[in-house]
Amino acid sequence: MSGLIRLITLYAIGLLFGIGIMLSGMANPAKVLNFFDVAGTWDPSLIFVMGGALITTLIGYRFVLPRSESAATPFFDTRFHLPTNRSIDAKLVGGSAVFGVGWGLAGFCPGGALPALGTGVPAVYIFTAALIAGLLVARFLAHRPFMRQPSGRAA
Amino acid sequence: MGTMTIITPFTPWASLAGGILIGLASVLLMRSLGRIMGATGILSGFLMPSSREDWAWRAALLAGMATAPVVMMIATGSMPAVQVPVSTAMLLVGGFLVGLGVFFGGGCTSGHGVCGMARLSPRSFVATLTFMIATGVTVFVVRHVVGG
Repeated sequence: MSGLIRLITLYAIGLLFGIGIMLSGMANPAKVLNFFDVAGTWDPSLIFVMGGALITTLIGYRFVLPRSESAATPFFDTRFHLPTNRSIDAKLVGGSAVFGVGWGLAGFCPGGALPALGTGVPAVYIFTAALIAGLLVARFLAHRPFMRQPSGRAA
Repeated sequence: MGTMTIITPFTPWASLAGGILIGLASVLLMRSLGRIMGATGILSGFLMPSSREDWAWRAALLAGMATAPVVMMIATGSMPAVQVPVSTAMLLVGGFLVGLGVFFGGGCTSGHGVCGMARLSPRSFVATLTFMIATGVTVFVVRHVVGG
């Protein structure tokens, strides 16, 4: 029973996130690309998305994140799973730069595309298939000896 | 690589409201499961789960995300807009680079840009600044150098 409540809660959180994404315009490549096109058809709307999301999370995390070890636990888990990797290296900067190039070409980011799958627009499926291919190829490359270094995932 | 430009209206209120909902969902995921609301991490773990338990919550979260447009369609009578001003080739190349990049960069707009920055993580500040610049430069090149 508690397993079912957990899944229903997570479904509701996903729905909330998805409605936020769809309402904000983050899942609309035309709007995303126009945000970055300052020299052309600029649409500054996305500043409000980033601002609203960041300020809400910044305030919310202050109440939710543990202040000390073993202070509190999440509702459905015994501990918080926070990223431990602190290294600012070529992998972080290079990976983020490659992500940016891809985002600039396609206009979709992962958080925008996943909720947009529900619209049934074929372009979302094309993008998501290529995204998954990229993730799998990256994982394959990361397991090759020359890439094997300690690394962690931030998100 | 064909592109066209679609003019989109400035929607500060809808975008702000959407942003606040994204933030609320991120806070609720941290409170309920102790996890970062990063689309990249959630998707990777869904595709390559570490256990059945681990897969189930990711599947529930993703199902919630993907049904959002349908729920909005029922509530408002119209599907939210997804306008794609780029070619299929750009979707494919772009999508592949996004997958590659977020794997090595350890996150995307939601993970680094919202959750990581909200945790005041220096890593996420560097990542976010990097991808925002790279995206801006790419859009400029595509629209005003190649397509100009």
